[in-house]
Amino acid sequence: MQGGAGVPVITLENIRKQYGTFVAVDGANLSIGQGEFFAMLGPSGCGKTTTLKMIAGFEQPTEGRILLEGVDVSTVPPYKRNVNTVFQQYALFPHMTVFDNVAFGPRSKKLDSSTIKSRVMEMLEVVRLADFAQRRPAQLSGGQQQRVALARALVNYPSALLLDEPLAALDLKLREAMQLELKRIQREVGITFVFVTHDQGEALTMSDRIAVMNEGHIEMVGTPEEIYDRPSSVFVASFIGSANLLPGVVESVSGASVTVRLSCGAVVDSSGTDFAAGESVTVMIRPERITPGGESIAGRSISGEVTDLVFQGPSVRLIARLADGTEVGAVVGSHTNLTIPRPGDSVSMSWDAKGSYVLKGHPEMAGSTTSNLDHVEANL
Amino acid sequence: MSRFGRGAVKSRRARFGSLALNAYAGLALFYIFLPIFVVVLFSFNKPNGKYNIRWQRFTLDNWANPFAEKALTEALLVSLRIAVASTLIATVLGALMAISLSKYKFRGGTVVDLFLVLPLTSPEVVLGSSLATLFINNDVDFGYPTVIIAHVMFQISFVALTVRARIRGFDWTLEQAAMDLGASPLAAFRKVTLPLIAPGIAAAAMLSFALSIDDFIITYFNAGSLLTFPLQIFGEQQRKIPPQINVLATMILIVSVSLLVVGTLAGNRRRRRLEA
Repeated sequence: MQGGAGVPVITLENIRKQYGTFVAVDGANLSIGQGEFFAMLGPSGCGKTTTLKMIAGFEQPTEGRILLEGVDVSTVPPYKRNVNTVFQQYALFPHMTVFDNVAFGPRSKKLDSSTIKSRVMEMLEVVRLADFAQRRPAQLSGGQQQRVALARALVNYPSALLLDEPLAALDLKLREAMQLELKRIQREVGITFVFVTHDQGEALTMSDRIAVMNEGHIEMVGTPEEIYDRPSSVFVASFIGSANLLPGVVESVSGASVTVRLSCGAVVDSSGTDFAAGESVTVMIRPERITPGGESIAGRSISGEVTDLVFQGPSVRLIARLADGTEVGAVVGSHTNLTIPRPGDSVSMSWDAKGSYVLKGHPEMAGSTTSNLDHVEANL
Repeated sequence: MSRFGRGAVKSRRARFGSLALNAYAGLALFYIFLPIFVVVLFSFNKPNGKYNIRWQRFTLDNWANPFAEKALTEALLVSLRIAVASTLIATVLGALMAISLSKYKFRGGTVVDLFLVLPLTSPEVVLGSSLATLFINNDVDFGYPTVIIAHVMFQISFVALTVRARIRGFDWTLEQAAMDLGASPLAAFRKVTLPLIAPGIAAAAMLSFALSIDDFIITYFNAGSLLTFPLQIFGEQQRKIPPQINVLATMILIVSVSLLVVGTLAGNRRRRRLEA
């Protein structure tokens, strides 16, 4: 998917956006290819919405360039850019019918009325709302309004469709249905989708590629698998899914395999790139990769004392405390043959060869909330 | 029934209470409408002599000749001309002020707020005389322009405050959405913002039109020899009070009440349409 053929649809070159002394986006570089479903993911205030607004043209970058299909549009106003936005609260025009809402873009471009009519109805077919053309937005459900907003944007055949937290206003069930619906529509029209979300599950489910942002920086760009299995930083590891982050020091390196002595005393074999002996690192192990209660495996096991068992429907979450006090979570599936340990038992926890990954730095670097606050205070 | 609390059976006390409340409301309305009723009633009076102040007998003569009093009719026309001009100016300026105040947060916004409320709270005598002083010191001749300027001065506040109250909570991303879809800022305003806030602006315009027709004190200071409807009545009352005053006043009343009714009905229909 990366890049696709020819020129990328959207290119960000060293984009920086500053409000007074506050830096919202700092040195963002990005290139999004034709037909990609691209997510910008991060906690609130990370700069993802600001980036989207700069692509749409509602904000201008303080520094850097934005290219749309190879053409610099950094200072082009939104109404002259061939991108369209689906707003978080949809921003449907309440005084117009569904048809007139969708026809707004083509009419602004002064297309003739028969073209407008056929294009609007065609797009309403795509979002399955053809029967609702004469309704007003207030007469539609949240999910239907969402689809009108989509049709209204897509009817202009934009180079890229920008979606700002498109599913945030919907309830859980509808949100899950709309995730699939969005994927279907994107496949059908073949237009590049760039969507902003703080929901990592949503990003993993829907996207071809994800840019993880934090405090104005793009931390990592990659496929959902890359981001989940081989995160580039402690922040990415902790923000995507749940992760056990165990501090340790590198003992030895040989090729891509890294041997780490954890703070709890265990020595584990893991993988990662660009490490040196003696370096402080974090070993990430996803809870679902851990098998508790089995035989201990050399280099792929830790042991601790079970402190809690949490029933979660399809699975049970086991929490254990290691020798150094670190808590480790493991998911025990219902299909396991092993007997589930009880609180107070000591337990050996092991994982498969690809179950762990070494990251630069200390686990506390994941605590972005505290450093955020420090940042704000420093500014005051 | 249970709106008054404590179960389905209304207690005697509650019944007395609601009766008293209704009686009180009735009296209050009677108090408010009595003078208006008298104005309308006396337009059908056939007075003895020049003063239409005592009920004599019923007649339709006054309504048959509503414009018999030439000076009075001329004064009403003067008032209408002034009201149309000043309302147009004040509505445009006031609405723009309200939009900018609600759309943008800018330094000095609170100061503008204060200046908006000032004309409403300052005594009209002070406003009128100060403005007259300003005109005299700058050698401006009194006439239509000075009266219109004076009216615009206080109408702007009413328009800006009314429009701002009506567009509170307006979703300005609608304008962004329109621009996103290819509309220029002006087109976005014309096709999206304006149709949505037009009822608020119309209400403000009606209010400020009525204020202009009605104003006496500020006009008195700044009119020079120009006579508006209120000034004419005030000037004439020493010598005569013709029933045509009542006829013309009743006409104004009918026009404004019907505008109000039409406005309310249209507003309700529109709300149902936008919210249903």
